[in-house]
Amino acid sequence: MTALQQVIAIAIIAAATMLTRFLPFIIYPEGRPVPGRVHYLGKMLPAAAFGLLVVYCLRNIRLTAGTHGIPEAVGIGVTALLHVWKKNMLLSIAGGTILYMVLVQTVF
Amino acid sequence: MTRPASNNHTKREALLRAFPYTLPIMAGFLFLGITYGIYMRSLGHPAAYPVLMSVTVFAGSMEFVAGELLLGAFRPVHIFLITLMVNTRHIFYGISMLERYRGAGKKRFYLIFGMCDESFSINCTARVPDGIDRGWFWFFVTLLNQLYWITGATLGSLFGSLIRVSTEGLDFVMTALFVVIFTDNWIREKDHTSSLLGLAIPAAALILLGADRFMIPSMAAIIVVLLARYGKEERSAET
Repeated sequence: MTALQQVIAIAIIAAATMLTRFLPFIIYPEGRPVPGRVHYLGKMLPAAAFGLLVVYCLRNIRLTAGTHGIPEAVGIGVTALLHVWKKNMLLSIAGGTILYMVLVQTVF
Repeated sequence: MTRPASNNHTKREALLRAFPYTLPIMAGFLFLGITYGIYMRSLGHPAAYPVLMSVTVFAGSMEFVAGELLLGAFRPVHIFLITLMVNTRHIFYGISMLERYRGAGKKRFYLIFGMCDESFSINCTARVPDGIDRGWFWFFVTLLNQLYWITGATLGSLFGSLIRVSTEGLDFVMTALFVVIFTDNWIREKDHTSSLLGLAIPAAALILLGADRFMIPSMAAIIVVLLARYGKEERSAET
């Protein structure tokens, strides 16, 4: 690719990304009523999306090789337990991440 | 819903309340942004590219993929389709925020433009305190997150070669963020069906189809199951 083609390619990537973000808002602009099933999806999808994002973050872990996903499992377990216990977002995230960093840098 | 007042006081209050929610993302985005800048330079791209993409694309995983794409042949349709596939999950976010972002005025264009995984997760779950303008709160969460990402990408592409601190494992901060948001939502919701679907379907699809192919089938399956459930609830409501 020439430099010009690369800049055009970046513009295409930006446009396609925006399409994925704007699509529902284009289909249902302000003032247009949202049908019942879409309203239901809007209510139900966030919880599913959070689960999906957790799995998405873990997609490159190989259970059969390397550290077998043990540091990730411990990090996630501690993060979730800290959150159930103290309900402090920053504490849970910092606690889980620091533990994970210690595990991958010193133990594994 | 949104107050008409858009004076400086309203904005400052919203910024101050939004900032703490973005702290984990500051850590994650500065780190990942620096990594991204270094990665782009290692592929031989000019320093301007990671900066340009953080401003115009602002979708982390796609920006990494773009680094490789820009080295290949110029195939516009291919590039367009790859981007749609990598970013399909944004459609979930749009459907979820569809009614919420209504009434946020002109700000909603930026709210939608900057709706990355992290800004969506925060804006979808944060309980905006009373007396704080929700539109400006969401706006500053989105803006701060993008600024962290741009700053990281810029630092990485300019000074990446100088960094010598051991940051191995810091990228886990993004996983931890989503685990906390998932857990927090789990504690508050009465019905866990959707949470369980969101874990079980992608996990099964990941094992069956692999890391490069599991996302779109997972999302399609989640939509199908939820719509079937909606149909059942509708029918039982009628009878």
